[in-house]
Amino acid sequence: MNLVTATAAWLTNPAHWAGQFGIPNRLLEHVLIASISLAIALLLALPAGLAIGHTGRGAAVAASVANLGRSLPSLAVIAIAIPITVLIDPVLGGTVLPTLVAMVVLAVPPILVNAYTGIAEVDRDLVEAGRGMGMREREILARIELPVALPVVLGGIRSAAVQIVATATLGAIFGGGGLGRFLVDGIAQNDDGQVFGGVLLVAALAIATEVAVGLLQRLARSPGLRRGGRGPALGIAPPPPVLGM
Amino acid sequence: MIDWGWLAGHLDAIAYRTAQHVYLAALGVAIGFAISFVLALVAARHRALYPPISALAGILYTIPSLALFAALISITGFSVVTAEVPLVLYTLVILVRNIVAGLDGVPAEVLEAADGMGHTRRQRLWRVELPLAVPLIVAGLRLATVSTIGLVTITGTISDAFGGLGYFILDGYNRGNFLTEMYAGAFPSILLALGADLLFVRAQRRVTPWANARTVEATS
Repeated sequence: MNLVTATAAWLTNPAHWAGQFGIPNRLLEHVLIASISLAIALLLALPAGLAIGHTGRGAAVAASVANLGRSLPSLAVIAIAIPITVLIDPVLGGTVLPTLVAMVVLAVPPILVNAYTGIAEVDRDLVEAGRGMGMREREILARIELPVALPVVLGGIRSAAVQIVATATLGAIFGGGGLGRFLVDGIAQNDDGQVFGGVLLVAALAIATEVAVGLLQRLARSPGLRRGGRGPALGIAPPPPVLGM
Repeated sequence: MIDWGWLAGHLDAIAYRTAQHVYLAALGVAIGFAISFVLALVAARHRALYPPISALAGILYTIPSLALFAALISITGFSVVTAEVPLVLYTLVILVRNIVAGLDGVPAEVLEAADGMGHTRRQRLWRVELPLAVPLIVAGLRLATVSTIGLVTITGTISDAFGGLGYFILDGYNRGNFLTEMYAGAFPSILLALGADLLFVRAQRRVTPWANARTVEATS
């Protein structure tokens, strides 16, 4: 029970809720760096995924890139990035930037794979109907394929967002901010209250991210498709089995 | 940029850490598979248990690894248990779902044929359902192994006694970004992950010689 009281004491100490090193600011840092890297990953992966899904070209290359990205240990990506990011910015390059690189590298595969498989799996009859109505390719993608595939596309973004929130904690090992600081500093100072407080905060943020994007995913289901089958489950839905390639 | 002298002087250490990396990952996947196998069989027989098992594994999967390692240090100390428990937990969601999906994928006609031939439920499971589920089980093992190899590097945050090749990344960083040492951890750990991936691709081809199509399934 010592652990519980230590954690409660740490979490309820008003000093831990104020200032630059307080919980709100660490949370803000965490969300900020996670949002920046998700935005970069979306810019890189989403247009490519949609284009590959629509045209069917480059699927094999994308699958290889995605598979490679999935296999890379996040700590190794951070380590490899450091000498490069240090050249860009001597201060941030040793702390925040390498973690940012790792977060982007790990977020690209799920976004890319889900975008192109989602689009590619759209019923071809729908696409042909759009073409028959005189829609241009861009319109077909924007008005038929994307709305139908949106839950699958968002599923990829959900995996990426959860992965990013987790990787952002690793930044603290390399002197970065965010909620991971409480874990790393708590272990270093042998402060169980801080470690467990940090664990609860990090876990809560990860689960909140998963639930929030899951909710978005449910709302994104096209009304025309909502009849019959149920939408993706609310809350925690782990990835379906992966067939590999 | 690379200190070759350091590398030459630390070949023994690199070999030791590589072996430790493989050992920690293999142990995690093996225990994870044993637990998942039992859970999946229970879930396949008692369907109502599958959603809670799957949801619980999903929640654990969502929690960042550094948080799980940190939490366990206070409970199980700097022991190998602290390193292995999170590794095992993270394999569950992948393996349970793939084993259950493999069993679910067996066509109803096949099950009927097995019943018609007089198989008991147990015989049907071991002689018909599980053999047909092997491709998806191997696909799950592939994903679980590759991700576990990545996670082993983070066990180095528990203590210098763990981490496999990740030890060099953390130690090199603590020495003020000693690049040679960090790369001595980073590149071999990537090779290990890619090597394991390739090994399982081979195994997958071997157990499904009819499926040469390259497919990747989306995550939901």
